[in-house]
Amino acid sequence: MIEETRVLLRHAEDPKMATISGYESYGGYETLKKALKEIDPEWIVGELEESGLRGRGGAGFSMGKKVSFLPHTDDAKYLCCNADESEPGAFKDRELMQRNPHQLIEGMIISSFAAGIGHAFIFIRGEYDDQADVLDRAVEEAYGAGYLGKNILGSGFDLELVVHRGAGAYICGEETALLDALEGKRGNPRLKPPFPAVQGLYGGPTLINNVETLSNVSHIVANGADWFKGFGTEQSPGTKVVSVSGCVKRPGNYEVELGVTLRDLIFGLAGGPLDGREIKAFYPGGSSSPVLTPAELDLPYSFEAMAEAGSMLGSGSIIVADDSVSIPRMAKRTSKFYRHESCGKCTPCREGTSWTDKMLERVVNGEATPMDLDIIASVQNNIMGNCLCVLGDAMAMPVSSMVKKFRDEFEEAIASEASAAWSASVMESAGAQSGRYVPDSQQPGPGGESPEVIRRKRLAGREIPSAMNGGGY
Amino acid sequence: MTPVMPSDFDPENAAPEDFVSPGLPVDEANTTGRVPLGDPEKIPDPADVEIPEDLREQIQAIVDKYPDRDHKGSPKSAAIPVLWIIQRRYGWCTPEGIVQAACVMQVTPAYLESVATFYDLLRTSPQGEHQVLVCTNLACWMRGGDELLDAFCEKTGADREAAGHGGALSADGQVLVSGFECLGACDLAPMASVDERYFGPLENADAETIVDQLEAGEEVLPEKALEKRGLAGGVAESSDPRVTEGKGPNR
Repeated sequence: MIEETRVLLRHAEDPKMATISGYESYGGYETLKKALKEIDPEWIVGELEESGLRGRGGAGFSMGKKVSFLPHTDDAKYLCCNADESEPGAFKDRELMQRNPHQLIEGMIISSFAAGIGHAFIFIRGEYDDQADVLDRAVEEAYGAGYLGKNILGSGFDLELVVHRGAGAYICGEETALLDALEGKRGNPRLKPPFPAVQGLYGGPTLINNVETLSNVSHIVANGADWFKGFGTEQSPGTKVVSVSGCVKRPGNYEVELGVTLRDLIFGLAGGPLDGREIKAFYPGGSSSPVLTPAELDLPYSFEAMAEAGSMLGSGSIIVADDSVSIPRMAKRTSKFYRHESCGKCTPCREGTSWTDKMLERVVNGEATPMDLDIIASVQNNIMGNCLCVLGDAMAMPVSSMVKKFRDEFEEAIASEASAAWSASVMESAGAQSGRYVPDSQQPGPGGESPEVIRRKRLAGREIPSAMNGGGY
Repeated sequence: MTPVMPSDFDPENAAPEDFVSPGLPVDEANTTGRVPLGDPEKIPDPADVEIPEDLREQIQAIVDKYPDRDHKGSPKSAAIPVLWIIQRRYGWCTPEGIVQAACVMQVTPAYLESVATFYDLLRTSPQGEHQVLVCTNLACWMRGGDELLDAFCEKTGADREAAGHGGALSADGQVLVSGFECLGACDLAPMASVDERYFGPLENADAETIVDQLEAGEEVLPEKALEKRGLAGGVAESSDPRVTEGKGPNR
């Protein structure tokens, strides 16, 4: 039986952790005091780099490297904590902010001290109103205790921290769109380079990190890089708060060492599929990750193993689908989300997400032909890598993985939905004889079949003219 | 959000009272005639705009929190938080509220409106007294989110089609029901955000209870509120020496 390894979530069930006195009673802010008095900022940057801490927001980029990219100049520098957690399936930052806000704040102060940053922001999604209130209170407490503001603890280091609420847009989780939203604009991504580390918020060098990444900082500074590397795998050190949801018995956040198996996470901790059900597929890293199948359950849950399996660890959010879930409908649900959230700036993403959604709608309504599946696949190829940000890719990856791995199911859906629609239209034609009104398109034509019935039959994959069968389109 | 006007509405030939659909909250400006709000592309002159003193102070306090100033000295970073203030005060981002905010921030009303229309939670048409956002994304959909949205629509009389595409008001105009993309609470699936607080996992029958409680002004389903939940893994003390001997916080 697997156990959680709680470092970030340790004592998190204790409600007093959300207050400054509770956090301090568990040793909170001790590391900050020590860092400001005795530790050289350069040492902190080196230790973060040495620890191998990888970004927990999705991309998995080394946090220490990001800090070291900031120029060593006197320009005003900024830290943005990305708390816009909007990826379907992800809810770990919500838990971390609600239960232990000071752990994040302490991490942010230490990171800012290390990188010479004077202004920090927490960009939290507008829907997380509860958690934003918790953060507002915590920031106020930290100002009151002298951990924020001018001349922190007499060290001469100044830091202002602002909690900034978004207003509902998935795209703002993309780091450059987040910067635009923070600057009070519509959240559109920017062209990179220049990268935010060089030119970010208000044109200044900016460090952007996820809530969980920053929550790890005080632990690494207190215990050293070697301690941190004692958890997890060589390329994915540390613990990870994993959100497991969907068709499992005990959905929730579980903190584990990276490298435990997916089976341990899904069956051991989350209780496995509901009674009488079997797992059919799962997203291993949020809705943007290509889906995996039960054959891959024994893989270790680490950045490298997920990449090798053709997927990604992303934000560490597992969504499990059981055998009651229709994969074409799941693909449709996925495309609907990205279609809605595309900011519309780049054509491949704006049009690609929209047309993929329309084609998948045809699939689930029985109005598609198997040929449409090839068109869907080719549209995904034309989205990937062709936009300013990866929102379009985030739809293209899971959708193309579903079409590839579950093509049978898509073809079956097309055929069975179409034949259901066909029988319904036959029933309707039969109704005509009993005196019901039948539109012209459904009046029986030559051979006793209405044009609509003939169309539906063709759509169902039957009687496709040979010229269209197997030919190009 | 979906316009509350019917599709055959002809504003050119309508009487003033036709501007309000039956049962919807009344934006008074629609019936009494709107005070000319001026050119949306011009920064409002403080001499022309009446702003309640407490609102001005609230907005100014937010503006002062941000370090940025553009070449004209206006702090655009405050745009989203200030629009939140307007929405909380007037129920939605009213044109008058936007002009007041633009006046204090010294930006154009058109600019603030462009921001307001980008974000799902900022509404530029009346929304009811209460908001129910039902998550219909992957995890909630698998656990019955669509059916939960059906139940809310049935109870409130909100149009199901419109609720699934941006939101619809209940028959009495008091409750906004909206299907919503992932709210970040898949562990509560199926769940809903009621007046910005999370509740779940919900049964279809809870929809009726919630709406009744909202109408009676009672606390909504206290036992299903997110803040009452513990960690999914329960209280777990690790005996792992790496954790217990750690010197960081959370000792």
